[in-house]
This record gives sequence, C-alpha cells and structure tokens, in this order.
Amino acid sequence: MKYRLVVIGASLGGLNSLRGVLSALPGTFRPAVAIVQHRSADADDTLQFLLQKECAHLVREVEDKEAIIPGKIYLAPGGYHLMVEENHFVLSMEASVNYAQPSIDLLFKTAAEYFGSRVIGVVLTGTGRDGALGLAEIERCGGVVLIESRRTAVAQEMPEAAIEATLHPIEIKLEEIGPYLVKLDREQETK
Amino acid sequence: MVQRYGYDFRDYSMTSLKRRVHLAMQKEQGVHTISAYQDRILHDPEAMVRFLDVVSVDVTAMFREPAFYKAFRDKVVPALQELPLIRIWHAGCATGEEAYSMAIVLHEEGLLEKARLYATDINQHLLEQGKGRIFAIRQMKDYTANYQKAGGKSDFSNYYTAGHDEVILRASLGRNIVWAEHNLVSDSSFNEFHVVLCRNVMIYFNRKLQGRVHRLIYDSLPVGGVLGLGHGESLQLTPYESCYEVVDRTTKLFRKIR
Repeated sequence: MKYRLVVIGASLGGLNSLRGVLSALPGTFRPAVAIVQHRSADADDTLQFLLQKECAHLVREVEDKEAIIPGKIYLAPGGYHLMVEENHFVLSMEASVNYAQPSIDLLFKTAAEYFGSRVIGVVLTGTGRDGALGLAEIERCGGVVLIESRRTAVAQEMPEAAIEATLHPIEIKLEEIGPYLVKLDREQETK
Repeated sequence: MVQRYGYDFRDYSMTSLKRRVHLAMQKEQGVHTISAYQDRILHDPEAMVRFLDVVSVDVTAMFREPAFYKAFRDKVVPALQELPLIRIWHAGCATGEEAYSMAIVLHEEGLLEKARLYATDINQHLLEQGKGRIFAIRQMKDYTANYQKAGGKSDFSNYYTAGHDEVILRASLGRNIVWAEHNLVSDSSFNEFHVVLCRNVMIYFNRKLQGRVHRLIYDSLPVGGVLGLGHGESLQLTPYESCYEVVDRTTKLFRKIR
C-alpha cells in the first residue's frame, strides 16, 4: 500500500468534522490515522468515546512510543504534543507551538519527515493558522494534502491558511473527504 | 558533552531533542551551525548551562492533571497512613510544583510531618528556583482550579502569601523536601522509596533509556511501593510490566508486586 499514515488536524468545530470523516472509513481502510484536535490539557476521554461511536476502527489515545499500526485510529491525548518518530509515536509536553497544544504542525512535520510521500495530510475546520506550515511540509515531501472546504467548515481560518501555504491543495466538502481517502487507499491497490 | 560535563543525550528521543537543540541554538548569540555551537558549549560552561535550560523541558504546574492527585488521595494515601516514615521520590521534578502539590496533599491528610519528599532533577538551576518557593501570581488562578479539581480540602490561598507579581508558598510546605541533583541517565538508585513519581520525564527518552530508568525505579521500590507515570505513559512497552499491578488505570498509578 502506498499511503501508510493519514494525519488530521482540527480545531474549532472539529468534533463534527472528525465524525464526518471517520464515519466514512470502512473497516477495510488500511492506513493508520493520527488525529490532533485542539483541546484543553486536562481533557478526559470524552472525545475518544464520541469518535469511537462513529468509527469502524478502534480509536486509541496514544501512549508514548506506541507503534503505528495500519488500520488504527490514534488521537493525541490532552496536554501533549503528538509526533512521529520512525515507526512509532512520541509525546512531548513542550510549550505550545503557534499558541496550540497539541500542535497540528508538529504532527504533520514529523509525519512528513519519517513517512515522506506515504502521508496524506488533512486540515479540517478551525480558527488560527495551525496546520498550514505542516501541510506545506507534507506537500514538499511528496504527500497528498486535503483541506476541508470553506463552505462546510464551521471556522474557515485554518482551511484558508492551509490553502495559502500550499501549492496544489485539494479543497473538498466535508462529506467528500472520507470517500476521497478511501479512493486514495484503493487506487493503489489495483496497481 | 559526555566527557566534558557528564551529560549524555544520546538516548534521548531524537524528534523532540532535535527541535530543542535548534531552539537553544537560535537563542545563543553568534552561533549559526551545530558544529560551532558544539564548540562553544565544550569551551564555555556558561553556554552549557544555557543549553541545559532550553533542552530540559521544565513545563510543570501545581496539581497538573488534577485527577492524578485525586486518585493518589483516594487509592494510595490510605496505605501510607500506617507507615512510620514516608519517603517519596519526585524524579525529574524541574521547579518542584509537583513536590509542593504533594506536600499539600500530605498536609491535608495529616501525613506531612512524617514524610520526606526527595525532589531531584538534572538541572541545578531549576532546583534552586524550586527551593525558593516563589511562583508567579498569574498562575494562581489555574492552580486554584486544579487544586479544587484534585479534591483539595481547604482554600488554596491558605498555602501562600501574595505579593505584587509573585507569591511565596508557606515555609512548612518546603520543610520536608530534600532537593538534590540527580541524573536519571547516568546515576544509580540512592534510596528506597514508598512512592516514586516520574511523570512525563521519560517521554523524552528512547525505549532503551526508558528501560534503564524503569530498572532504576524498580530497584528503588520495595514490594508494595507505588509508581506514578504521566497519563500518556505506559508500562506496557517495558520489561517491568508484569512486576506491577494497576492501582488506577487512567492516571497511571501502579503498585510493585514482585
């Protein structure tokens, strides 16, 4: 399979968008999915619970040094940055990056560093500019960049910043993102 | 750096170490390449101190992860009541917010008098700061909210005196804290403890070094002793998983059973 890892970043309005994307992924979807949703440091497992309800795959809050396994959905735990290192995740409690923790940029940049063109980056709804630089880095390394359409995003700032930062972004409506990911995964299967 | 100063970063987790080395380099005046920076550090001990300040992540807060302190109060404190003397090790304590939070919990449970809290860190600077008991007043709102969520039994403001920008914690909270420089990478176990807290310290280490530190902690706990990790950490990937039972799953409290 060509794509090994899908990284998704969301902020304001993210719960609804994440549900929309994840509910469209069938049990046969092969890449691992790693999600950063901006939230408070002492957030509990409510988000994981809500996403699991929509999802054919197991949703896990990442533990430090956890291996990246195909077909699993990983969620950045509250209070930590989530990063990729070789074939596993690492957590960090460094200060906020671009006022955000967990930082979407950090996940995206480290995913690009270790998985290169085998990464698909997705920026969903949100305020601020987090994710834009990371998405540009994924593009530079040959990965695919998807952005939630400003028509369906509750907050347009993050999609706008991501579109500005990238050269060939694919901007599609929320309901099209899941099917598009499935298409990318299957396209490669026939080759 | 290992030979000159005894600090060994080779088994740190590369991804975040790289980031922080670059941050440290940006802050250092007049160096633009890694090799020039290395040269500066090796020849100038002050530059080493500045490097250490940036590279050792010192993000901490009083009653950080309030659920942890609540679980500690409910599930660990009862077992501590019977001990004649309680020894607790805060490994990688940075500026000591966790040790002071623990002192408050023990005080409220009537245990502080018979407790010794060993607060250790690799960075002497941070220890000195911690010893001073002085914290910024703007943090008190968050700390108060944390304290209440952690099951605090009093008013958080009873524990400090406020000045203009800063507060000073009550002296009694620091009386039983022993501050010491200790390097988890190279130093060995120095005592036996009833509780070892090493929360969000090992996330900056690779698996190999994590294994070493877990051995150190294992050697520092008697059977029945309690280990606390950060909520994003796990025993699952270490050789010591079967040596502990779970005391509280979500807040990562474990008890040594063999």
